[in-house]
Amino acid sequence: MTDDSSMETLHFEFEGSRRRTDFAPILVGVVGSGNLEVLLEPAAHLRCHIDIRTSARGFGPIWEAVARDFHRRHALSGVNVSINDMGATPAVVSLRLDQAAASLPGLLEGQP
Amino acid sequence: MNRSFAESTARERLQHVFDAGSFQELVGPGARVVSPHLALLGLPASFDDGVVVGRARLDGQIVLVAAQEGGFMGGGVGEVHGAKLVGLFQRALLDRPAAVFVLAESGGVRLHEANAGLVAVSEVMRALLDVRAAGIPVVMLIGGANGCFGGMGLIARCADYVVMSDIGRLSMSGPEVIESSHGVEEFDARDRALVWRTTGGKHRYLTGDCDVLVDDDIQAFRTAAIAALPCHRALTLASLEREHAMLEQRLLSFGECSDSAQVWQALGIADPLAVPELDASAVRALKAQGSEAAA
Repeated sequence: MTDDSSMETLHFEFEGSRRRTDFAPILVGVVGSGNLEVLLEPAAHLRCHIDIRTSARGFGPIWEAVARDFHRRHALSGVNVSINDMGATPAVVSLRLDQAAASLPGLLEGQP
Repeated sequence: MNRSFAESTARERLQHVFDAGSFQELVGPGARVVSPHLALLGLPASFDDGVVVGRARLDGQIVLVAAQEGGFMGGGVGEVHGAKLVGLFQRALLDRPAAVFVLAESGGVRLHEANAGLVAVSEVMRALLDVRAAGIPVVMLIGGANGCFGGMGLIARCADYVVMSDIGRLSMSGPEVIESSHGVEEFDARDRALVWRTTGGKHRYLTGDCDVLVDDDIQAFRTAAIAALPCHRALTLASLEREHAMLEQRLLSFGECSDSAQVWQALGIADPLAVPELDASAVRALKAQGSEAAA
């Protein structure tokens, strides 16, 4: 038995262009019903990694679309995004992701 | 603009109650010290297990602080959540801060982690009392929508000083627990007016279970927290005996009352039925009148 047989774990990776390094971890949102928390951490790689643990199984394609849209908006590089989700709708997930990105210090368009 | 304490998250409360930019988190979300129990039940964990602990400044003085997040499992105290509170109190014995503040919002023990949560609550109590015995004041700020119930209610009453808003609630058994164990005739948990009359900040303030009553406003909590900094009350056998005598007297004075309004009447409040409609400052004035009348 895995340690969390009824949770779904998803992972997405994108090539980013806007490099973020050296920021304190950012946490937004709360793991409550229909809500989620998003943790942003700096990473050594040049990509945007998104790790999701959700109590709602079977929504992988929708998560992928939401993650892809988020990356199209922000194109973060060198960032790990970790999500704990308790059945948030795609719109709520997008808003939380944008809230987390907006909390990044000094995010400038076109930075190497 | 007023910022509601009840509607803010635990992190927002810490940011606005304490000096701007002064909060430094210990065991932050990046450390991923999460509940080992929830995943086994198919439930998502939270990176901070529903409690944020750290160091901050209040009016320039160094304090240790904890804030429970009611949005995550009702602020329930699980094993890790409790261990973070215990660790914070133990840290206080080393750091000697001006005070330890707990922004409590919790339904009590997190039932999913039953035994571990129960043990955690008793460990938190012991750690809190060690801090008080070392002469460091412990202050509770209670104003979250989930109230402060169960084991967390017991912990709150172990503190030196309790600040509540009028919409904050403090009790042992929650309304639903009382109704399911004693019947709806004893307590109707759906009667919100009854629930707040019985457990709300105004009642706790008028009967002396809370020291200051404030409006649901983060600045009001900050002002009360600053005023509470020198609030240490000696924890001695004599002080415990005084508290026991007070509780015995309370039972004698109010034991026959069937509703809080009767308690307020017995306290000498002229128009007890008007109390639920009053704002915090009017209730503070009522209490001042009552103690003058008693003197």
